[in-house]
Amino acid sequence: MSQDLKNLLQQASLSISESADMAALDAVRVAYLGKKGELTAQLKNLGRLSAEERPAAGQAINQIKVQIQELLETRKSELSDAAIVSRLQTETIDISLPGRRSSAGGLHPVTLTMNRIDKMFGKLGFDVAEGPEVEDDFHNFEALNIPEQHPARAMHDTFYFDDGMLLRTHTSPVQIRVMENREPPLRVIAPGRVYRCDSDLTHTPMFHQVEGLLVDEDVSFSVLKGTLEEFLKMFFEQDDLKTRFRPSYFPFTEPSMEVDISCVMCAGNGCRVCSHTGWLEVLGCGMVHPELFRHTGVDGEKYTGYAFGMGVERLAMLRYGVNDLRLFFDNDLRFLRQFT
Amino acid sequence: MQISENWLREWVNPPVDTEALASQLTMAGLEVGSLNVAAPALPGVVVAEVVAVESHPDADKLNLCQVNDGKDTFSVVCGASNVRAGLKVALARIGAELPGIKIKKAKLRGVESQGMICSATELQLAESSEGILELPGDAPIGMSIVEYLSLDDNIFDIDLTPNRGDCLSIAGIAREVAAINKIALTQNGVTPVDSSIGDSFEVELLAPQQCPRYVGRIIKGINPQAQTPMWMQEKLRRCGLRPISPVVDVTNYVMMELGQPMHGFDYDKLNGGIQVRLAKPAEKVALLDQSEVECGDDTLLIADHAGGVALAGIMGGFGSSVQSDTRNIFLEAAHFTAIELAGKARRFGMHTDASHRFERGVDAQLPPIAMQRATGLLLEIVGGEAGPIIDAVANDYMPQTPNVELRYEQLNRLLGIEVAREEVSDILQRLNMQLAEGPVGWQVTPPSYRFDINIEPDLVEEVGRLIGYNNIPGKREASHIQMDSFSEQSVSVNQIRDTLVERGYFEAVTYSFVSPELQDLLDPGQQVLPLSNPISADMSVMRTRLLPGLIQALQHNLNRQQSRVRLFETGLCFIPDGDNLVQTPHIAGVITGSRINDGLYTTGEGVDFFDIKGDLESMLRLADESEFGFTRSDNPVLHPGQGADLAFRGETIGFAGALHPSLLNKLDINQSVFVFESKISPILSRKLPNFVEMSRFPFIRRDISITVEENLPVRELVDSIYSLKNEILQEVFVFDVYTGKEVRNNRKSVALGLILQDFSRTLVDEDVENFVAKVLVQLKEHYNAELRES
Repeated sequence: MSQDLKNLLQQASLSISESADMAALDAVRVAYLGKKGELTAQLKNLGRLSAEERPAAGQAINQIKVQIQELLETRKSELSDAAIVSRLQTETIDISLPGRRSSAGGLHPVTLTMNRIDKMFGKLGFDVAEGPEVEDDFHNFEALNIPEQHPARAMHDTFYFDDGMLLRTHTSPVQIRVMENREPPLRVIAPGRVYRCDSDLTHTPMFHQVEGLLVDEDVSFSVLKGTLEEFLKMFFEQDDLKTRFRPSYFPFTEPSMEVDISCVMCAGNGCRVCSHTGWLEVLGCGMVHPELFRHTGVDGEKYTGYAFGMGVERLAMLRYGVNDLRLFFDNDLRFLRQFT
Repeated sequence: MQISENWLREWVNPPVDTEALASQLTMAGLEVGSLNVAAPALPGVVVAEVVAVESHPDADKLNLCQVNDGKDTFSVVCGASNVRAGLKVALARIGAELPGIKIKKAKLRGVESQGMICSATELQLAESSEGILELPGDAPIGMSIVEYLSLDDNIFDIDLTPNRGDCLSIAGIAREVAAINKIALTQNGVTPVDSSIGDSFEVELLAPQQCPRYVGRIIKGINPQAQTPMWMQEKLRRCGLRPISPVVDVTNYVMMELGQPMHGFDYDKLNGGIQVRLAKPAEKVALLDQSEVECGDDTLLIADHAGGVALAGIMGGFGSSVQSDTRNIFLEAAHFTAIELAGKARRFGMHTDASHRFERGVDAQLPPIAMQRATGLLLEIVGGEAGPIIDAVANDYMPQTPNVELRYEQLNRLLGIEVAREEVSDILQRLNMQLAEGPVGWQVTPPSYRFDINIEPDLVEEVGRLIGYNNIPGKREASHIQMDSFSEQSVSVNQIRDTLVERGYFEAVTYSFVSPELQDLLDPGQQVLPLSNPISADMSVMRTRLLPGLIQALQHNLNRQQSRVRLFETGLCFIPDGDNLVQTPHIAGVITGSRINDGLYTTGEGVDFFDIKGDLESMLRLADESEFGFTRSDNPVLHPGQGADLAFRGETIGFAGALHPSLLNKLDINQSVFVFESKISPILSRKLPNFVEMSRFPFIRRDISITVEENLPVRELVDSIYSLKNEILQEVFVFDVYTGKEVRNNRKSVALGLILQDFSRTLVDEDVENFVAKVLVQLKEHYNAELRES
C-alpha cells in the first residue's frame, strides 16, 4: 500500500472519530466515499497505471474503502447510542408527583349505612318498600294501634299540617301500606326519613329509620331474635358481639322488645357513649300486633309476623365513631370526605 | 320514676344485691335508666344538740354555738339564722368529710370553730335549702347522720313504658320483683282506721263514665303546727318529691307507695258537697299553682256546690287548698278512667304526677285502701278525728276485668320454643292472674291493676318476659329461598348516585323543611306546604325542590374555605296542587369552582354550563337517553342565556344551568354556580338491548362545514339530517362551532361529521356525493345554511 493511501486512511479515521454528530459524520463519508470523494478519485486514477500494477493497487484502495466504511458504521452507532442517552436524560421526570386523576366524590354516611342494611336483609329476601313522608293519621298512628290520646303519641313529637296530615314520625306506617297492598308472605325493609318536633344536642327534627317486616306462617320471637342477632354481628363485624333483648312496649307489636348490644366503643366495659352501662340500645322490635292485621285484612290466625325498627344515624355514629348527630345534616365537605 | 331501694326492700327483699336487682328490673321490662347513691358517705357527721348560742364577738351575722354530740361539747361558729338552743342538728366534726369539703379546725373572724353545722344542701340532701338542717327533737344524739336518716340507700331511676302504669309505685315495682324472684311481698294489706266521728259529705258522680268511683273522708281537728317526720321527708325526697306540708306529703307518700293519686281539701272551704261533673262551657278554675284555666265541656271537674275546686286527676284548686291554718280536711281518692283523662293535662300544658298515673290507668279497687293508708299516716302525724269512709261507686261504669284466653299452642308458636305447661301456670300465678286451665290452654283473669292485659299476645309477652327473652334461643329462619324478580329494564337510584359520585359529587342530606324565603327565591311563585308547628321559622315550609337545601349546604361550605363544591341530593319534594299534595322524588346537584381538582396539570378553569349538562346527561345515559331533550329555559332562577329545561317524552321534568347572577347576589355568593334538578322516576327505566346486525363493509366519514344564523340551536341541524332517514347515514356529530372574524353578518360556522355506511356493499364516491348534496339542500331549505368556502 502506498504511503498516500496510508495517509488517507489515517486522515479519514481522525475525521470520523472527531465527528460530533450524524451530519458531520455524513460529511466525512461524502468527503471520502462520495462521487467526488478522495477514495473515488483514487479509483478513477487506476486507469493511469500499467496492467500489472492495476490489480494490486485496486485491491489496496478497496481495502481502505472497507476499513473506512467500518469506521463510519462504528461511529454511527456510537453517536446513535449517545443520542438516546441524552434524550433519556431530558425525558426524566419526578415520579413522586401525584398521578393525574379525576377526583371522585362520595355517598353520605346515612346512605352508606342504609345501603348496607338493605343489602344484608336483601340476602334474606327482603325487598325495599317505600311510603310517603307526609302521612295521614291513620297510617302513622291509628292503624298502628296508637289511637287518639294514647300516651305513646306524646312520645312522638309530631309535626302537623293545617289539614291534619303529618310528617311520619317513624317508618312503621310502611308496614301498614305493605300489608294493605300485598298478600302474605311478606318480607320488606323500609328505609327512609322520619320527623320529630325535637331539636337539641342529641335530637334533630329529621332523621332516618329502617323498618323491617316479615309476615308468614309460624314466624316466632325466636326467629326474630336469631335474625337480629345475626344482623347485628354482621353489621358491626364482631362475631362476639353480645346482644340482649329487653321487654319493652310499642303499641304495634306484642310482645315488644328493645335490643341492646354490648358497647362497641368500650367492649362493654363502660364508657361515656354507653353511659357506663356497657350496653347500647340499637333497635326496637316485636311480634306484629293483631290489631294491625285487623286493620289491613291479614288473617291473623293463619299468619304471624315480626317487625323491627332502627335508627340509621345512631348505627352510623356507632359504626364510624361520629360523636355529634348534627354533623350528618351540615353537609360539610370535610365531614363527607371522610366516608369515601 | 325514681324510687328508693330501701323503701322497695321494705316491701320485698330478694337475696340479690343492688346491681342484680337493677338488672332484674331492666330485663323484666322496667328499665333502670340510672342507679345512684341516695347520699354521699358523710363520715364524721352525727346528730348533735345545740346547747347554747351566743353572738360572735366580731361578726353580726355569725353565732358561736355550743354543740353536744353526746360525749363532748364543741364550739362551732354558725351563720344560719335558724340556729337556736335546743335544736337537733347534723354536726360535721373535725375530720368529717362532706362532698368537696374536709372539716378542719378553723378560725372564723378570730374565733375557733370546732366543726360545722350542716345544711341539707351541704349534705346533698337537697338542691337548695335555707339555713341549717333541723332534725326532729327525738333524734338520738351521737348517732351518725347516715344511720339516722337511712342514707345508705340507692335511687333507681326507672323508665317505665306507658303500658305499665301499675308499676308507678313502690307496691307495683315490688309485685314485679316478687314475681321475678318467686318470693312473697313482706307487706300485706293496710290496717283500716275506724271512724271516730260521724261527719260525712255528699258525693255525687255526675259523670260516671269519666269517674265511676270517688272515695272521700273527713278528718277534723288536725294540728296545723305538725311537721312531716324526717323519715317520710327522706323517702319522698329519694322518690323525687319535695316535702311541702304534712297533708300534701301524706297524699304524695300514699301515691308513691300504693300508686293512688290523692288530694286533700280544706273541708271548711268546701260548699255543700262534692260533685264530680263535666265543666260548663268556658268554666274557669283557679289552680294550686296559682294559674287559672278555662275548661272545655269535656273537662272533668271536682266541684262543690259553688263551683270547680279541682281539675279532676290533674291538679287541685287554689281556693280549697290546705293552708297553714287548715284544721279540718276532706281527703279524696278517686278513680278516673284512663281513656277519658288521656291527653287532658297536655291540653292545659300540664303534666302532673297524678295525671301521669291516671292517663296510664290506676287500679279501681285501690281508692278505699289508699284512703285507709292515708288516714292512718295522717292521724299519726297531725292527729285529728276521722269520719267514715265515703265510697261513691257507679257500678255500671267500673272497669271490667277481661277474661283472656291463652292457647298453649299459640304461645309456643309465637315464642318459637316449647314451654312446659306447669311453667306457664306458675308464671301467670306469680303475676297474680286467676287461671282456669282447660285442654287448649288457660282462661286468664288478670289482676285489676293490669290494664295492659287484654288479648292473647299480652299473655304471651308476660310468659316470655318472665322466662327472660335472653333465655329463649335465637333460631335461624327455616329457608324460604325464592328467586327474585330482577328487571333488567330498571335503573336503581344507587346507580344514579354512583354516577354522580364518580363525577366528583358528594351526597348531601338536607332537611325536608326550609325557610319560606329561601324556598321562594329558588322556586319563585310556587305554592308551598307550611308546617303548623315548625321547630323554627327557617324550617317552616316543606321543600318543593331540593335546591334550597343544597344551596344552604353550598353556602356552608363556601363559608369554610371550600371553593370547589359539588353536591347532590335525592329525596322527596312536596308540591301542593290545589288541595292535593304530590310527593315526588327528585335528584338535584350544585357545582361551583374549578372543573378539575388540581393545580398541577391544569390551569384551574372554572366549571361551566356544559359541565352541569354533562353531569345530567351521564345520568340520562343510564336510562334511554333518546327519550330526553333539552330546550332553552325561561326558569327565573337560571341565567337567561345559560339555562335549559329537561324534557322526558315532551314533558318538562327538570332544568340545568347557571344560577341567575342577581340570585347569586341575594344569596351572597361571589362565584358562578351551576345547578340541575329533575324528577328522578323517568331516569329509572331503560330499554332492553336489542341486537342489530353490523355491516361488513367499511364506513366513510365526510365532513361538511356550513354557516347558519348565529342563534340557531345546532341540535336542530343534527336532528334535521337524521330526519332524512337515509339508510346509509349512521351518525351525525358536531365537531366544531365557530363565531368570529371570518364569519360575519350574525352567522356562525358549524362543522358536522357524517358517518356513512351501507349494509350490502362498499360505498362509492357517487353515493357519498349524492347524500351530501341532499343534506345541503335540506339544510339550505330549512335553515338557510350555506356551504362554507374553505
